[in-house]
Amino acid sequence: MPDEPVFAEPWQAQAFAMTVALHERGVFTWAEWAQALSREVKAPGAAADGGDYYDCWLRALETLLAERKLAPTADVDDLAAAWERAAHATPHGEPIRLENDPQGGHF
Amino acid sequence: MAARVRALETILVQKGLIDPAAIDVIVDIYETKVGPRNGAKVVAKAWTEPDYAGWLKKDATAAIASLGFTGRQGEHMQAVFNSDDTHNLVVCTLCSCYPWTVLGLPPVWYKAPPYRSRAVIDPRGVLEEFGLTLPPQKKVRVWDSTAELRYLVVPQRPAGTDNWDAERLAELVTRDSMIGTGLAKEPVAA
Repeated sequence: MPDEPVFAEPWQAQAFAMTVALHERGVFTWAEWAQALSREVKAPGAAADGGDYYDCWLRALETLLAERKLAPTADVDDLAAAWERAAHATPHGEPIRLENDPQGGHF
Repeated sequence: MAARVRALETILVQKGLIDPAAIDVIVDIYETKVGPRNGAKVVAKAWTEPDYAGWLKKDATAAIASLGFTGRQGEHMQAVFNSDDTHNLVVCTLCSCYPWTVLGLPPVWYKAPPYRSRAVIDPRGVLEEFGLTLPPQKKVRVWDSTAELRYLVVPQRPAGTDNWDAERLAELVTRDSMIGTGLAKEPVAA
């Protein structure tokens, strides 16, 4: 089987690294993390080839952070929508910044 | 997905729970610095230094850390040695626990449901799919990783490498041979 790059897309690397950093800060134990990830990768509908592994990873991270009231789902939804709008409003080739969200008001 | 990750990051940075620079450092480490070369060094050292092999057998966490490879998740390591009568195979049926410090991040197949479910039930069948057919008298032992305990397979040293030094031997140690889905490479005849 051929080797693939460590991360297929940059967001996977970010999600991975945030998890490692949060664990190092003691936000959750690694056993708690493994359990959360296990729930997601064993959920019905998970891809048989493991191709959605980092989607599972991100869902597990969101769940743990929502449970700990550190990042409530509604806040993540709102900010994700803001990032999407900012991305559309940003000219190609420029870094996307949350300030570019035309609806603004996040800070 | 990308927008949700950015959203999470925005919230966590605002709360002071993560530092974006530290995130970049972690990504760089896992993309470029840790990988199966670390594990290959451990195996080659064990092949050439009996004292080190003994230490690795008794206390793999410390023996591996002595080479500068330390776990970030506080996990313990256990080295399982292949022999003439036993072949070892590592899986994580729970999710994807893997010895990151010595092997880097796991390949896609290691994380996929077929491998995770079948390695325990039908290890020989799985090994055959990897092109590895073991003699029927050889036992196959399957080790199921956990968040706290990760395994490193020490493959058998290939024949015909008696005068090789550790650096040269490390070239023969593949990632798959340290998971147990392969063997160390045979030396190419000169």
